[in-house]
Amino acid sequence: MTDTPLLELHGITKRFGGLVANDAIDLDVRPGEVHALLGENGAGKSTLMNVLYGLYSPDEGRVTMDGKPLRLRSPRDAIEAGIGMVHQHFMLIPVMTVTENIVLAHEPRNGPMLDYGAARNAVRELSERYGLAVSPDARVEEIGVAQQQRVEILKALFRSARVLILDEPTAVLTPQEAGELFDVVRSLKERGTAVIFITHKLNEVLEIADRITVLRRGKAVATQPAAGATEQQLAELMVGRTVLLHVEKQPSSPGEPLLQISDLVVRDVRGLDAVRGLSLEVRAGEIVGIAGVDGNGQAELIEAVTGLAKPVSGRITVAGADITGRGARVAFDRGIGHIPEDRHRFGLVLDFTLSENLATHEYRHAPESTAGIIWPRRMAARAKALLEEFDVRGGEPQTRAGALSGGNQQKVVVAREVSGDRRVLVAAQPTRGLDVGAIEFVHRRLVAERDAGRAILLVSYELEEILSLSDRVLVMYEGRIVAEHGPDVTETELGVEMTGGGRAAVG
Amino acid sequence: MTRVRTWLRVHGPGILLPVATTVLAFLIGGLVVLLTGHDPLAAYRAIWNGTGITYLFPWTPAADKTFAALNLQQTLIITTPLVLTALAVAFPYRCGMFNIGGQGQYTVGIVGAIWVGTRWPHMSKPEHVFLALAAAAAAGAIWGGIAGVLKAVSGAHEVISTIMLNWIAIYGAQWLFELGGPMQGSQPDVPQSSEVAGSARLPAIWGTLQPLHAGFYLAIAALFVYYVLINRTTFGFGVRAVGLNADAARASGIPVARNYVAALAVGGAFAGLAGACDVLGWEFHIVTNDIAASQIGFIGIAVALLGRNTAIGIALSALLFGGLQVGTSTRSLDPSVFPPELASNLAIIIQGLIILFIGAQLLLVYIWRARRRRHTDEPPPAVTTPPVGAGTL
Repeated sequence: MTDTPLLELHGITKRFGGLVANDAIDLDVRPGEVHALLGENGAGKSTLMNVLYGLYSPDEGRVTMDGKPLRLRSPRDAIEAGIGMVHQHFMLIPVMTVTENIVLAHEPRNGPMLDYGAARNAVRELSERYGLAVSPDARVEEIGVAQQQRVEILKALFRSARVLILDEPTAVLTPQEAGELFDVVRSLKERGTAVIFITHKLNEVLEIADRITVLRRGKAVATQPAAGATEQQLAELMVGRTVLLHVEKQPSSPGEPLLQISDLVVRDVRGLDAVRGLSLEVRAGEIVGIAGVDGNGQAELIEAVTGLAKPVSGRITVAGADITGRGARVAFDRGIGHIPEDRHRFGLVLDFTLSENLATHEYRHAPESTAGIIWPRRMAARAKALLEEFDVRGGEPQTRAGALSGGNQQKVVVAREVSGDRRVLVAAQPTRGLDVGAIEFVHRRLVAERDAGRAILLVSYELEEILSLSDRVLVMYEGRIVAEHGPDVTETELGVEMTGGGRAAVG
Repeated sequence: MTRVRTWLRVHGPGILLPVATTVLAFLIGGLVVLLTGHDPLAAYRAIWNGTGITYLFPWTPAADKTFAALNLQQTLIITTPLVLTALAVAFPYRCGMFNIGGQGQYTVGIVGAIWVGTRWPHMSKPEHVFLALAAAAAAGAIWGGIAGVLKAVSGAHEVISTIMLNWIAIYGAQWLFELGGPMQGSQPDVPQSSEVAGSARLPAIWGTLQPLHAGFYLAIAALFVYYVLINRTTFGFGVRAVGLNADAARASGIPVARNYVAALAVGGAFAGLAGACDVLGWEFHIVTNDIAASQIGFIGIAVALLGRNTAIGIALSALLFGGLQVGTSTRSLDPSVFPPELASNLAIIIQGLIILFIGAQLLLVYIWRARRRRHTDEPPPAVTTPPVGAGTL
């Protein structure tokens, strides 16, 4: 790594109407450097990278590469200048093979035809050089998310990228896969590629970055070496105030059991047993965390408890009332609130207003409706109160849910699911994709709900979240609970049990 | 001032696009008229006069009003079933489904209305009319509901099943009324139904020659019912939630399968009522040839698409399509201005163009937004309501 900048951004300003998304941002990236771009959702990270990738033209400022000014009017200009980008949502063609996707638009040709053999050799050579293992002939739709990400990286490298932008690359990965990605990033770095790593996860930044630039509300508030930085300090730079990274809570005082599950068997979409005779109990006033590697039956367990899937056998009761296989409406009416993992798919109707989204349970009852007639004003009044109570920003009752930021959307879901007389709260990955401020809010709220005497079942693939919130930790492996711990268990212990006691866990 | 601007921002494209679509279709239609060697302005003026809309203008001379009234009655007689078959598309659309089965549901509605209307000639009028309408609505609802059940139970796509149900309805109705068929009328050598009893006929509300019938009021009431049902009832709330995000609706405990069945049944009931309006309002019997020739259900799809599935939009576009139908018909168009056989084809051309443009709207909107994002200082546009018809086929 040298100190001569490869790529420089000078005073980049981008306005959208009255909103200043990027305000005179300076940024420089050196060859062989991992430069982390840190900021909350909406801080301007994506806008800045879209400027760099030629998708937006900046209102002010300029970009230079090797000291020479660049004109970036389209991604094509950026690619030719040696800038590659791996978007959060991959831009691959599912029905084409890995090789075809990588060489697309820059194919080696044999006359007018694609020289597939040469293309495959090029891909193989590239994948060996950077330690990025892929199967060149697999179709993209057949490979997993982590593999697809590698294909995206190879695609950029194939186009001779010297600067690689990774937009929230770990958001879609498991801890293990994230570890492998970091290895790839390190090998890119060794070969002189500059990497711009966009994220809002503090631990990742400290693990992988050489330098860090923090964005807050469109401004670059700091650029500093990663060495010597702490999570606490970075979080404060990001949010602009002191943040509680660790949840403050009193020891729990569990009451009577509210959620009881016995000998539950649930099949997945393929018809295989995903939950295999699972039993557990959650008491009033406690948070029970389920730790486990994704795909060990957690999703199916949640679907069964919230009434979305019919179990094959077993029993689920809420405060003694049997809700087994009786549907989502019965589950909710009996007192189960559900914060779903995928809030865009299951949590919200994005084209509904906030008022309507907050009423998707209550719309059948007075005062929202009487005798089947809806009263929109009463709905809006209730929504207004909830939006205030849950500190939802950027939205009135009549705002479309899709117009909110991720953190505020999640607050809407939480508001709906805990309001009313919910005795049990099932929270699946409740902070996935949220920024530090929103995570703090959701965590505090979950603890507050616990203290109000609710039983909370927390499923998360982030051990840190499990450990900081749970009063009891259950380890789920291959559809069963294989271990139970108090709140002071270590990540290492859990990691071993989560993988069936075999190899050590990553993360 | 800002309120007006906000309103325009939200609703502007929704009003502008259908209007632009229509204007463009008429412009191209005019070019076609020009190519046939006629004067497009004169042709359109003749079609316009043929619709009878001029009756409503105070400056129309009294001498012309008599004729205009006859034309306007015709226009509204056609507009009535178009409103109802458009609602048959619009209601399931709000539940995320594309009901192509309006024609079949209209047909079974005719059968239901005829079955009741040709029986019990001594029943008193309000009861007989009500019973015939109810039978038609029920028949349509069952026909639509079948597609809903198929979708709910087996996931069969409603576009396929409603198309198949159309043919079952059409061939079934032809069999009922053909020579020797179980519902053939009293003349043994004519393949048509008996006449609807006087007690089952919808009362005339305007005119004498072929008067506008009370079905017109029914269509207006149906628009109102549609609006209230969708926007102000718990049923409509569930329907809309399922239509916009079935997974989230299910997770909230809204019964998705039941809403599919109900929404298609309600749509079918509207189409069934359309059939009843025609057969109880002015046709009074059905001839087998007309069963397959009718296009009312299909035009209803275009009406709903152009009207963007809103009550007011449907009312206006039904009037447009109804007027076009009547204005280009042989009896209202002066053959010296534009030959009627060309004119009726012109109506088909314009209808076709409108449907084509609505389909292309998605593309136009997409290009427009992409350009705007690139060249001006607008934020990435919050996705507004996509053009109607987008992504449903």
